[in-house]
Amino acid sequence: MSIEVRIPTILRPHTKNEKVVTGEGETVDALFTDLDSRYTGLRARVVTEEGALHRFVNIYINDEDVRFIGGLEAKLADGDSVTILPAVAGGM
Amino acid sequence: MARYDDITATVGDTPLVGLPRLSPSPEVRLWAKLEGANPTGSVKDRVAARMIAAAEADGLLHPGATILEPTSGNTGIAVAMIARRKGYKLVAVMPENTSVERRQLLAAFGAEIVFSPAAGGSNAAVAKARAMAAERPDWVMLNQYANPANAAAHYEGTGPELLRDLPELTHFVAGLGTTATLMGVGRYLREHAPGVQIVAAEPRYGELVYGLRNLDEGFVPELYDEKVLDRRLSVGTEDALRRTREVLSEEGLFVGLSTGAVLHAGLALAKEAVKAGRSADIALLVADGGWKYLSTGAYSDVLDDAVDALDGQVWA
Repeated sequence: MSIEVRIPTILRPHTKNEKVVTGEGETVDALFTDLDSRYTGLRARVVTEEGALHRFVNIYINDEDVRFIGGLEAKLADGDSVTILPAVAGGM
Repeated sequence: MARYDDITATVGDTPLVGLPRLSPSPEVRLWAKLEGANPTGSVKDRVAARMIAAAEADGLLHPGATILEPTSGNTGIAVAMIARRKGYKLVAVMPENTSVERRQLLAAFGAEIVFSPAAGGSNAAVAKARAMAAERPDWVMLNQYANPANAAAHYEGTGPELLRDLPELTHFVAGLGTTATLMGVGRYLREHAPGVQIVAAEPRYGELVYGLRNLDEGFVPELYDEKVLDRRLSVGTEDALRRTREVLSEEGLFVGLSTGAVLHAGLALAKEAVKAGRSADIALLVADGGWKYLSTGAYSDVLDDAVDALDGQVWA
Protein backbone atom coordinates (compact mmCIF):
# COMPACT_ATOMS: atom_id res chain seq x y z
CA MET A 1 0.00 0.00 0.00
CA SER A 2 1.60 3.18 -1.16
CA ILE A 3 -0.09 6.59 -1.25
CA GLU A 4 1.45 9.56 -2.99
CA VAL A 5 0.91 12.82 -1.07
CA ARG A 6 1.32 16.29 -2.62
CA ILE A 7 2.58 18.87 -0.17
CA PRO A 8 1.82 22.60 -0.58
CA THR A 9 4.69 25.12 -0.38
CA ILE A 10 3.70 26.28 3.09
CA LEU A 11 4.11 22.76 4.58
CA ARG A 12 7.38 21.82 2.87
CA PRO A 13 9.52 22.84 5.83
CA HIS A 14 8.10 19.67 7.42
CA THR A 15 9.06 17.46 4.49
CA LYS A 16 12.65 18.67 3.88
CA ASN A 17 11.20 20.68 0.97
CA GLU A 18 9.91 17.57 -0.80
CA LYS A 19 6.91 18.36 -3.03
CA VAL A 20 5.68 14.79 -3.08
CA VAL A 21 6.10 12.19 -0.33
CA THR A 22 4.70 8.69 0.07
CA GLY A 23 2.95 7.14 3.02
CA GLU A 24 0.71 4.28 4.07
CA GLY A 25 -2.66 3.91 5.73
CA GLU A 26 -6.16 2.53 5.25
CA THR A 27 -7.67 5.94 6.02
CA VAL A 28 -6.64 9.59 5.78
CA ASP A 29 -6.20 9.60 9.56
CA ALA A 30 -3.85 6.60 9.46
CA LEU A 31 -1.94 8.13 6.55
CA PHE A 32 -1.19 11.32 8.50
CA THR A 33 -0.12 9.33 11.55
CA ASP A 34 2.28 7.39 9.33
CA LEU A 35 3.61 10.56 7.68
CA ASP A 36 4.12 12.25 11.04
CA SER A 37 6.53 9.49 12.10
CA ARG A 38 8.90 10.68 9.36
CA TYR A 39 7.82 14.30 8.86
CA THR A 40 7.42 15.59 12.37
CA GLY A 41 4.76 18.23 12.89
CA LEU A 42 3.01 17.68 9.57
CA ARG A 43 -0.06 16.08 11.09
CA ALA A 44 -0.68 18.93 13.54
CA ARG A 45 -0.79 21.42 10.66
CA VAL A 46 -3.63 19.51 9.04
CA VAL A 47 -5.52 17.83 11.91
CA THR A 48 -6.70 19.69 15.05
CA GLU A 49 -6.17 18.44 18.60
CA GLU A 50 -9.87 17.53 18.61
CA GLY A 51 -9.24 15.26 15.62
CA ALA A 52 -10.94 17.33 12.90
CA LEU A 53 -9.54 18.82 9.71
CA HIS A 54 -8.29 22.37 10.10
CA ARG A 55 -10.85 24.83 8.71
CA PHE A 56 -8.54 26.36 6.11
CA VAL A 57 -7.00 23.12 4.87
CA ASN A 58 -8.52 21.03 2.10
CA ILE A 59 -7.53 17.43 1.45
CA TYR A 60 -8.39 15.54 -1.70
CA ILE A 61 -8.19 11.84 -2.51
CA ASN A 62 -7.54 11.94 -6.25
CA ASP A 63 -10.02 14.74 -7.14
CA GLU A 64 -12.52 14.21 -4.33
CA ASP A 65 -12.70 16.53 -1.27
CA VAL A 66 -12.47 14.19 1.74
CA ARG A 67 -14.98 16.24 3.76
CA PHE A 68 -17.73 14.71 1.60
CA ILE A 69 -16.50 11.10 1.70
CA GLY A 70 -15.95 10.54 5.40
CA GLY A 71 -13.40 13.18 6.39
CA LEU A 72 -10.41 11.73 8.23
CA GLU A 73 -12.07 8.32 8.08
CA ALA A 74 -12.20 8.41 4.26
CA LYS A 75 -10.80 5.16 2.86
CA LEU A 76 -7.62 4.95 0.81
CA ALA A 77 -6.67 2.41 -1.82
CA ASP A 78 -3.25 1.49 -3.19
CA GLY A 79 -2.21 3.95 -5.87
CA ASP A 80 -4.45 6.80 -4.63
CA SER A 81 -3.03 10.27 -4.78
CA VAL A 82 -3.67 12.65 -1.86
CA THR A 83 -3.36 16.43 -2.26
CA ILE A 84 -3.22 18.98 0.57
CA LEU A 85 -4.13 22.57 -0.32
CA PRO A 86 -4.74 25.79 1.59
CA ALA A 87 -8.29 27.14 1.18
CA VAL A 88 -8.23 30.04 -1.25
CA ALA A 89 -11.02 32.15 -2.67
CA GLY A 90 -11.90 31.21 -6.21
CA GLY A 91 -12.54 33.66 -8.98
CA MET A 92 -15.43 36.03 -8.77
CA MET B 1 -41.37 38.49 -26.00
CA ALA B 2 -37.88 39.83 -26.55
CA ARG B 3 -38.46 43.56 -26.04
CA TYR B 4 -37.13 45.19 -22.86
CA ASP B 5 -37.30 48.66 -21.31
CA ASP B 6 -33.53 48.83 -20.80
CA ILE B 7 -30.44 46.58 -20.73
CA THR B 8 -30.75 45.68 -17.04
CA ALA B 9 -34.13 44.06 -17.73
CA THR B 10 -32.38 41.39 -19.83
CA VAL B 11 -30.60 39.82 -16.84
CA GLY B 12 -31.45 36.14 -16.26
CA ASP B 13 -33.78 33.68 -18.02
CA THR B 14 -30.76 32.27 -19.86
CA PRO B 15 -30.93 29.38 -22.36
CA LEU B 16 -30.40 25.75 -21.34
CA VAL B 17 -28.90 23.82 -24.24
CA GLY B 18 -28.21 20.12 -24.68
CA LEU B 19 -24.71 18.76 -25.31
CA PRO B 20 -25.65 15.69 -27.39
CA ARG B 21 -22.15 15.00 -28.72
CA LEU B 22 -20.52 15.00 -25.29
CA SER B 23 -23.36 13.07 -23.64
CA PRO B 24 -22.38 9.40 -23.34
CA SER B 25 -25.79 7.92 -24.17
CA PRO B 26 -29.45 8.88 -24.79
CA GLU B 27 -30.13 8.04 -21.12
CA VAL B 28 -27.22 10.02 -19.69
CA ARG B 29 -27.43 13.60 -20.89
CA LEU B 30 -25.47 16.77 -20.28
CA TRP B 31 -27.06 20.23 -20.40
CA ALA B 32 -25.43 23.66 -20.32
CA LYS B 33 -27.00 26.77 -18.75
CA LEU B 34 -25.53 29.63 -20.75
CA GLU B 35 -24.94 32.49 -18.33
CA GLY B 36 -22.76 34.19 -20.92
CA ALA B 37 -26.08 35.31 -22.46
CA ASN B 38 -26.44 37.91 -19.69
CA PRO B 39 -25.82 41.56 -20.69
CA THR B 40 -22.15 41.86 -19.63
CA GLY B 41 -21.50 38.25 -20.55
CA SER B 42 -21.49 36.40 -17.24
CA VAL B 43 -23.57 34.93 -14.42
CA LYS B 44 -22.48 37.91 -12.30
CA ASP B 45 -25.09 40.18 -13.88
CA ARG B 46 -27.68 38.38 -11.76
CA VAL B 47 -25.60 38.93 -8.65
CA ALA B 48 -24.71 42.57 -9.30
CA ALA B 49 -28.31 43.50 -10.03
CA ARG B 50 -29.58 41.81 -6.87
CA MET B 51 -26.82 43.14 -4.56
CA ILE B 52 -27.22 46.72 -5.79
CA ALA B 53 -31.01 46.55 -5.47
CA ALA B 54 -30.61 45.26 -1.90
CA ALA B 55 -28.14 48.02 -1.00
CA GLU B 56 -30.51 50.63 -2.41
CA ALA B 57 -33.44 49.18 -0.48
CA ASP B 58 -31.35 49.28 2.69
CA GLY B 59 -30.57 52.95 2.09
CA LEU B 60 -26.81 52.30 1.72
CA LEU B 61 -26.46 53.62 -1.84
CA HIS B 62 -27.19 57.21 -2.82
CA PRO B 63 -26.55 58.93 -6.16
CA GLY B 64 -22.83 59.62 -6.50
CA ALA B 65 -21.88 56.91 -3.98
CA THR B 66 -18.70 54.85 -4.43
CA ILE B 67 -18.91 51.05 -4.47
CA LEU B 68 -15.79 49.06 -3.49
CA GLU B 69 -15.52 45.39 -4.44
CA PRO B 70 -12.82 42.69 -4.55
CA THR B 71 -13.26 40.86 -7.85
CA SER B 72 -11.24 38.86 -10.36
CA GLY B 73 -13.33 40.44 -13.10
CA ASN B 74 -16.85 39.24 -13.81
CA THR B 75 -18.54 40.75 -10.75
CA GLY B 76 -16.66 43.99 -11.23
CA ILE B 77 -17.69 44.24 -14.87
CA ALA B 78 -21.33 43.53 -14.00
CA VAL B 79 -21.37 46.01 -11.11
CA ALA B 80 -19.61 48.61 -13.28
CA MET B 81 -22.32 48.41 -15.94
CA ILE B 82 -25.16 48.94 -13.48
CA ALA B 83 -23.18 51.55 -11.53
CA ARG B 84 -22.65 53.53 -14.72
CA ARG B 85 -26.36 53.51 -15.53
CA LYS B 86 -27.29 54.52 -11.99
CA GLY B 87 -24.63 57.11 -11.33
CA TYR B 88 -22.43 55.25 -8.85
CA LYS B 89 -18.66 54.98 -8.97
CA LEU B 90 -16.87 51.60 -8.74
CA VAL B 91 -13.43 50.86 -7.31
CA ALA B 92 -12.55 47.24 -8.17
CA VAL B 93 -9.75 45.44 -6.29
CA MET B 94 -8.37 42.73 -8.58
CA PRO B 95 -5.38 40.32 -8.51
CA GLU B 96 -2.66 41.58 -10.86
CA ASN B 97 -2.49 38.17 -12.57
CA THR B 98 -5.89 38.27 -14.28
CA SER B 99 -6.41 38.56 -18.03
CA VAL B 100 -5.99 41.88 -19.83
CA GLU B 101 -9.55 41.75 -21.23
CA ARG B 102 -10.98 41.98 -17.74
CA ARG B 103 -9.01 45.14 -17.03
CA GLN B 104 -10.04 46.60 -20.37
CA LEU B 105 -13.72 45.86 -19.78
CA LEU B 106 -13.66 47.34 -16.28
CA ALA B 107 -12.00 50.47 -17.64
CA ALA B 108 -14.49 50.63 -20.53
CA PHE B 109 -17.39 50.67 -18.06
CA GLY B 110 -15.67 53.44 -16.12
CA ALA B 111 -14.39 51.53 -13.08
CA GLU B 112 -11.20 52.41 -11.25
CA ILE B 113 -8.92 49.38 -10.73
CA VAL B 114 -6.66 48.77 -7.73
CA PHE B 115 -4.35 45.76 -8.03
CA SER B 116 -3.59 43.21 -5.32
CA PRO B 117 -0.53 40.89 -5.42
CA ALA B 118 -0.63 37.79 -7.63
CA ALA B 119 0.46 35.48 -4.80
CA GLY B 120 -2.54 34.50 -2.72
CA GLY B 121 -5.01 34.99 -5.58
CA SER B 122 -8.38 36.33 -4.61
CA ASN B 123 -7.62 36.10 -0.88
CA ALA B 124 -5.23 39.01 -1.31
CA ALA B 125 -7.87 41.05 -3.17
CA VAL B 126 -10.38 40.46 -0.39
CA ALA B 127 -7.85 41.45 2.29
CA LYS B 128 -6.88 44.60 0.41
CA ALA B 129 -10.50 45.62 -0.14
CA ARG B 130 -11.25 45.15 3.55
CA ALA B 131 -8.31 47.35 4.50
CA MET B 132 -9.46 50.05 2.04
CA ALA B 133 -13.04 49.85 3.32
CA ALA B 134 -11.82 50.43 6.88
CA GLU B 135 -10.20 53.69 5.73
CA ARG B 136 -13.20 54.83 3.69
CA PRO B 137 -16.35 54.20 5.73
CA ASP B 138 -18.36 56.26 3.23
CA TRP B 139 -17.68 53.69 0.49
CA VAL B 140 -20.09 50.78 0.10
CA MET B 141 -18.55 47.30 -0.06
CA LEU B 142 -21.14 44.89 -1.47
CA ASN B 143 -18.96 41.99 -0.33
CA GLN B 144 -20.16 39.25 -2.64
CA TYR B 145 -18.56 36.54 -0.46
CA ALA B 146 -20.86 37.33 2.45
CA ASN B 147 -23.83 39.14 0.88
CA PRO B 148 -27.03 37.05 1.15
CA ALA B 149 -28.37 38.85 -1.95
CA ASN B 150 -25.70 36.98 -3.94
CA ALA B 151 -27.12 33.54 -3.08
CA ALA B 152 -30.68 34.92 -3.27
CA ALA B 153 -30.16 35.82 -6.94
CA HIS B 154 -29.63 32.11 -7.61
CA TYR B 155 -32.31 30.85 -5.20
CA GLU B 156 -34.88 33.10 -6.87
CA GLY B 157 -33.60 33.05 -10.47
CA THR B 158 -31.12 30.40 -11.61
CA GLY B 159 -32.63 27.55 -9.54
CA PRO B 160 -36.28 27.96 -10.59
CA GLU B 161 -35.25 28.46 -14.25
CA LEU B 162 -33.30 25.18 -14.20
CA LEU B 163 -36.13 23.13 -12.73
CA ARG B 164 -38.67 24.74 -15.08
CA ASP B 165 -36.56 23.84 -18.14
CA LEU B 166 -35.32 20.44 -16.92
CA PRO B 167 -37.79 18.84 -14.49
CA GLU B 168 -35.96 15.49 -14.85
CA LEU B 169 -32.72 17.04 -13.51
CA THR B 170 -30.57 14.59 -11.48
CA HIS B 171 -27.29 16.54 -10.97
CA PHE B 172 -26.33 20.21 -10.82
CA VAL B 173 -22.65 21.13 -11.27
CA ALA B 174 -21.18 24.63 -10.86
CA GLY B 175 -17.85 26.22 -10.08
CA LEU B 176 -16.93 27.18 -6.54
CA GLY B 177 -15.90 30.82 -6.20
CA THR B 178 -18.00 32.86 -3.80
CA THR B 179 -20.02 29.61 -3.49
CA ALA B 180 -23.27 31.59 -3.97
CA THR B 181 -24.37 29.82 -7.17
CA LEU B 182 -24.15 26.41 -5.49
CA MET B 183 -25.68 27.69 -2.23
CA GLY B 184 -28.62 29.46 -3.90
CA VAL B 185 -29.42 26.87 -6.57
CA GLY B 186 -28.59 24.05 -4.15
CA ARG B 187 -31.04 25.23 -1.49
CA TYR B 188 -33.77 25.76 -4.08
CA LEU B 189 -33.31 22.25 -5.47
CA ARG B 190 -33.13 20.68 -2.00
CA GLU B 191 -36.58 22.14 -1.33
CA HIS B 192 -38.18 21.48 -4.70
CA ALA B 193 -36.32 18.45 -6.12
CA PRO B 194 -34.75 16.72 -3.10
CA GLY B 195 -33.06 13.87 -5.02
CA VAL B 196 -30.83 16.12 -7.10
CA GLN B 197 -27.08 15.86 -6.42
CA ILE B 198 -25.38 19.23 -5.86
CA VAL B 199 -21.76 19.03 -7.02
CA ALA B 200 -19.02 21.67 -6.80
CA ALA B 201 -16.20 21.84 -9.35
CA GLU B 202 -13.34 23.61 -7.63
CA PRO B 203 -10.42 24.97 -9.65
CA ARG B 204 -7.01 23.63 -8.64
CA TYR B 205 -4.60 26.39 -9.57
CA GLY B 206 -0.85 26.33 -9.97
CA GLU B 207 1.47 26.68 -6.99
CA LEU B 208 1.96 30.41 -7.38
CA VAL B 209 -1.65 31.07 -6.47
CA TYR B 210 -1.47 29.09 -3.22
CA GLY B 211 1.97 30.53 -2.61
CA LEU B 212 2.89 30.80 1.02
CA ARG B 213 -0.68 31.10 2.29
CA ASN B 214 -0.66 30.78 6.02
CA LEU B 215 -2.94 27.86 6.87
CA ASP B 216 -4.26 29.72 9.91
CA GLU B 217 -5.41 32.68 7.83
CA GLY B 218 -7.06 30.91 4.92
CA PHE B 219 -10.31 31.97 3.40
CA VAL B 220 -13.71 30.32 3.28
CA PRO B 221 -16.54 32.55 2.02
CA GLU B 222 -19.09 33.44 4.70
CA LEU B 223 -21.87 32.24 2.37
CA TYR B 224 -20.45 28.70 2.21
CA ASP B 225 -22.34 25.91 3.97
CA GLU B 226 -20.93 22.50 3.09
CA LYS B 227 -24.21 20.80 4.03
CA VAL B 228 -25.76 22.13 0.81
CA LEU B 229 -23.26 20.14 -1.29
CA ASP B 230 -23.10 16.40 -1.96
CA ARG B 231 -19.62 16.38 -3.44
CA ARG B 232 -16.74 18.68 -4.15
CA LEU B 233 -14.38 17.81 -7.01
CA SER B 234 -11.06 19.50 -7.67
CA VAL B 235 -10.06 20.10 -11.30
CA GLY B 236 -6.55 21.07 -12.39
CA THR B 237 -5.58 23.62 -15.03
CA GLU B 238 -4.81 21.07 -17.76
CA ASP B 239 -8.09 19.14 -17.42
CA ALA B 240 -10.08 22.39 -17.35
CA LEU B 241 -8.34 23.71 -20.44
CA ARG B 242 -8.69 20.43 -22.35
CA ARG B 243 -12.45 20.35 -21.66
CA THR B 244 -12.84 24.02 -22.59
CA ARG B 245 -11.43 23.15 -26.01
CA GLU B 246 -13.45 19.95 -26.27
CA VAL B 247 -16.83 21.64 -25.78
CA LEU B 248 -15.82 24.21 -28.39
CA SER B 249 -14.78 21.64 -31.00
CA GLU B 250 -17.54 19.10 -30.28
CA GLU B 251 -20.54 21.29 -29.49
CA GLY B 252 -19.61 24.72 -30.81
CA LEU B 253 -19.82 26.34 -27.37
CA PHE B 254 -17.23 29.06 -26.75
CA VAL B 255 -16.94 29.12 -22.96
CA GLY B 256 -14.65 30.42 -20.22
CA LEU B 257 -12.21 28.25 -18.30
CA SER B 258 -14.36 27.66 -15.22
CA THR B 259 -16.77 25.84 -17.53
CA GLY B 260 -13.97 23.50 -18.54
CA ALA B 261 -13.65 22.52 -14.87
CA VAL B 262 -17.43 22.14 -14.52
CA LEU B 263 -17.58 19.99 -17.66
CA HIS B 264 -14.72 17.79 -16.43
CA ALA B 265 -16.65 17.11 -13.22
CA GLY B 266 -19.91 16.63 -15.16
CA LEU B 267 -18.32 14.06 -17.47
CA ALA B 268 -17.02 12.14 -14.44
CA LEU B 269 -20.58 12.02 -13.05
CA ALA B 270 -21.90 10.94 -16.46
CA LYS B 271 -19.37 8.12 -16.60
CA GLU B 272 -20.41 6.94 -13.12
CA ALA B 273 -24.08 6.93 -14.17
CA VAL B 274 -23.32 4.87 -17.30
CA LYS B 275 -21.27 2.39 -15.27
CA ALA B 276 -24.07 2.03 -12.71
CA GLY B 277 -26.71 1.64 -15.44
CA ARG B 278 -28.63 4.72 -14.25
CA SER B 279 -30.14 7.46 -16.36
CA ALA B 280 -29.02 11.00 -15.58
CA ASP B 281 -29.71 14.59 -16.65
CA ILE B 282 -26.73 16.65 -15.58
CA ALA B 283 -26.99 20.45 -15.69
CA LEU B 284 -23.72 22.37 -15.97
CA LEU B 285 -23.49 26.05 -15.13
CA VAL B 286 -21.60 27.93 -17.86
CA ALA B 287 -20.55 31.05 -15.96
CA ASP B 288 -19.26 32.98 -18.97
CA GLY B 289 -18.13 32.85 -22.59
CA GLY B 290 -14.53 32.65 -23.73
CA TRP B 291 -14.16 36.26 -24.85
CA LYS B 292 -12.31 37.53 -21.79
CA TYR B 293 -9.69 34.77 -21.99
CA LEU B 294 -8.59 35.04 -25.62
CA SER B 295 -5.34 36.80 -24.73
CA THR B 296 -4.28 33.93 -22.46
CA GLY B 297 -3.80 31.65 -25.47
CA ALA B 298 -6.36 29.25 -24.01
CA TYR B 299 -7.95 28.58 -27.39
CA SER B 300 -4.99 28.99 -29.73
CA ASP B 301 -1.64 27.97 -28.21
CA VAL B 302 -0.20 24.46 -28.07
CA LEU B 303 -1.98 22.85 -25.09
CA ASP B 304 1.14 22.53 -22.90
CA ASP B 305 2.12 26.15 -23.51
CA ALA B 306 -1.37 27.38 -22.70
CA VAL B 307 -1.41 25.30 -19.49
CA ASP B 308 1.95 26.78 -18.45
CA ALA B 309 0.72 30.31 -19.16
CA LEU B 310 -2.49 29.84 -17.17
CA ASP B 311 -1.13 27.84 -14.27
CA GLY B 312 -0.05 30.85 -12.22
CA GLN B 313 -3.34 32.68 -12.74
CA VAL B 314 -6.69 32.69 -11.01
CA TRP B 315 -8.28 31.27 -14.15
CA ALA B 316 -11.74 30.69 -12.71
